Amino acid sequence: MDTNIATSNLKSEDYFINMGPQHPATHGVLRLLLTIDGEIIKKVEPDLGYIHRSIEKMCERDSYQQIVHLTDRMDYLSSHINNEAVCLTVENALQLEIPERVKVIRTIIGELTRIASHTLWWGVMGMDVGALTTYFYGFRDRELINDIFEETCGARLTMNYNIPGGLMFDIHPNFVKRTKEFIAHFKTKLPEYDRLLTGNVIFQKRMKGVGILTKEDAISFGASGPVGRGSGYSCDVRKHHPYSALDKVTFKEVLRTEGDSLARYEVRIQEMWESMSIIEQLIDNIPEGDVQVATNAVIKLPKGEFYQKVETARGELGVYVISTGTKNPYRLKFRSPGFSNLSLLNHIAVGGKIGDLVASMATLDIVVPDIDR
Amino acid sequence: MNITLSITKNIHNWLFSIMPEGVASITEMVLIAVVYLAIFAVAGLYLVLLERKVAAWFQLRIGPNRVGWWGLLQTMADALKLVSKELTGTVKADKFLYNLAPYFVIVSALMALAVFPFTQEFQAFDINIGILFLIAISSIGVIGILLGGWSSNNKFALIGAMRSGVQTISYELSVGLSLLTMILITGSLQLSEIVEVQKNGWLIVQGHIPAVIAFMIYMIAGTAETNRAPFDLVEAESELGAGFHTEYSGMKFAYFFLAEFINMFIIAAIATTVFFGAWLSPFGITESIPLLGVVWFLGKTLIIVFLMMWFRWTFPRLRIDQLLTLEWKYLLPLNLLNLVLMALIVWLNLTIQF
Amino acid sequence: MTNEALQNLISSWIPELEFTEEGSQFLNITVQPEQLHQLMSQLKTNSETSFDYLFCLSGVDWGKELGVVYHLESTTHRHIVVVKVQTEDRENPTLDTVSNLWLTADFHECEVFDFFGIIFNNHPNLKRLFLTEDWDGFPLRKDYVDEINMVIK
Repeated sequence: MDTNIATSNLKSEDYFINMGPQHPATHGVLRLLLTIDGEIIKKVEPDLGYIHRSIEKMCERDSYQQIVHLTDRMDYLSSHINNEAVCLTVENALQLEIPERVKVIRTIIGELTRIASHTLWWGVMGMDVGALTTYFYGFRDRELINDIFEETCGARLTMNYNIPGGLMFDIHPNFVKRTKEFIAHFKTKLPEYDRLLTGNVIFQKRMKGVGILTKEDAISFGASGPVGRGSGYSCDVRKHHPYSALDKVTFKEVLRTEGDSLARYEVRIQEMWESMSIIEQLIDNIPEGDVQVATNAVIKLPKGEFYQKVETARGELGVYVISTGTKNPYRLKFRSPGFSNLSLLNHIAVGGKIGDLVASMATLDIVVPDIDR
Repeated sequence: MNITLSITKNIHNWLFSIMPEGVASITEMVLIAVVYLAIFAVAGLYLVLLERKVAAWFQLRIGPNRVGWWGLLQTMADALKLVSKELTGTVKADKFLYNLAPYFVIVSALMALAVFPFTQEFQAFDINIGILFLIAISSIGVIGILLGGWSSNNKFALIGAMRSGVQTISYELSVGLSLLTMILITGSLQLSEIVEVQKNGWLIVQGHIPAVIAFMIYMIAGTAETNRAPFDLVEAESELGAGFHTEYSGMKFAYFFLAEFINMFIIAAIATTVFFGAWLSPFGITESIPLLGVVWFLGKTLIIVFLMMWFRWTFPRLRIDQLLTLEWKYLLPLNLLNLVLMALIVWLNLTIQF
Repeated sequence: MTNEALQNLISSWIPELEFTEEGSQFLNITVQPEQLHQLMSQLKTNSETSFDYLFCLSGVDWGKELGVVYHLESTTHRHIVVVKVQTEDRENPTLDTVSNLWLTADFHECEVFDFFGIIFNNHPNLKRLFLTEDWDGFPLRKDYVDEINMVIK
């Protein structure tokens, strides 16, 4: 009798696990089909579309003012920056001269959005590796930013503050004061994040050398945002294609060369410092002036193609508009950062443990509505 | 000597006077079991409340504060809710094993409580192999977890159960060996005698350096034994949903939940008994009032329970290979060396005794 | 490299290409489907162009033709070019895959297949990514009709 299991006629099957669509680690309705061998991941197959709303098709029907509102619902954690992307596309196409005041306010709110998104990510990331307390620390600081937004925009999450041609209305009189208060507060709280999680031995062991992405692969996979910068790939749209008031400020593009989960983690933590520095440079001298330029009630873009890149909290968001000169776009494509970042999950997770998959997925910072547009 | 004992004496005498000896002793055992069950079911619930309050303090929250004064009836209400919930299960589950699993877990947890000396004379079962009994009983619980994970026909549950198996088998060694280190000083496995020895100083003082090392190893391994963070791979909600008890609901889930907290209490109680002099007060300050021993015992136990909660709410979770590396490559060799060190110290009479 | 220099260089590889900068902020290249893969691999591998970053891959329904638009950027030279390809076959549109050149094209081509029904030759794992396998039709095509779910004004 053949006693060798490998050559005997015993049937062997792959062991599949469905992670999601309802699962605590997938941050929304994302389904991952895992093929595992014991604890080791052999293959990760994302199955998307559980909350696909076909925003691109809806855009072909809607006017440009309406499209801005749809973008809130893509990456809801950087809704302001999404709005800004569409507005910039329209403004550039119409060659509108946007007041300086608008540019500065947009940039400040954009950076606040980035900090809010990163604090939420930090809290959830801690939860994914089993440190439940981080969640509340992250939310504590995020709430303060949301309060500032609520005062100015009337909404905490889907802000709708931008319109093609400027801002919907001026900032709240308290905005500057409260933003400064927040910066002062957050400067004392951000080191707390490091004390609670970054320096922890278990955390370091869980993150270091896990989910390694080389620079070449990062570029080839179209990785952007902190995922690309964690691999040493200089991909900050704010640096390479500055928009709004970002050409007036000095900030450092945070780069790490390790390409592992810890590098991506550190990039985001450092980015919060950089965002604070950008806000500090702008908050004291917001120029006076209008917050809108008049546009036609029905905006018609000239015939042609327009592309605008912005840096959301997750990476590079591209808006590609093909216009035939009517009031709706002929085709509008959103190049979402999450979609490209998710596509490399299989690449970095194979060969690791289930715990590694969860840790690397957390550092990709996936927001599912951003992928299922 | 004191009121409690005289009450139990009276009940004992009364029982033996109205019925034959065999029936009387069985009735007595049942009575004691019911009393223990009632006390520790409630104690378990309040441990849950304590955990929630501690977690809230760590996490900038207030915690339960609506049901009862300061939220004191919250877990009672939760328990009532769980009792009234429907017991669901998967269609293809192995029904017999599936239903058996929670009882394995809860019974083994409650059985271990019998041997603790809460104070002088307040000990249900002073068995002469006390420590051995504790180690043996505490590892039965894992059978329940394995059964639950295997029989509920859920892949997450199965992975959780397998993780639990590998984890408990590994860390059992360290728990056993670190306790064995202390047994070298006492020379007895009986818990009442271990306490007796500590009248000359708590064992952690008597055994100084190796005792402290043994205590640290015991705490790490003990936390792993109870499947609590940072060793909660069995439930790892971000990885496995709810792990081995994914498919359990209502009271069956409550048994698993309660067992986790009672197990934590047991681990802390063993540490109190073996390292910190059980019900003995420091320097014998309350020796004249034996009933206060209960307060001392529970006080010390709760401090260690708090320590374990502290671990849980600050540490991230280990990965499965790191978990095994920690045990087999670090704790076990260290433990063996420590055992030799302790033997040398006892042999050369280097223990500190007052 | 400037757009002019790029145009000169690229047209020296394949003469039949059409170049335009009209109505776009980038240099647009229109290529025939047969030459797509050759052009793309040269754009990526040539050290003077080295377009190593495919930052956007969109399917477009031009009404009569179906097409794909590739937005390429070089991370070393920081120049951008747009490549367009069209096919008139609406029943069975087929293009060559570029997923062997840029790994990100793997997912993006699945998305285009899902919504436009363009089949990519040699794609390692072409499947419907968002919609269910048995979904009828391709929603982002202009002639797609769904009377229940689509609100048309």
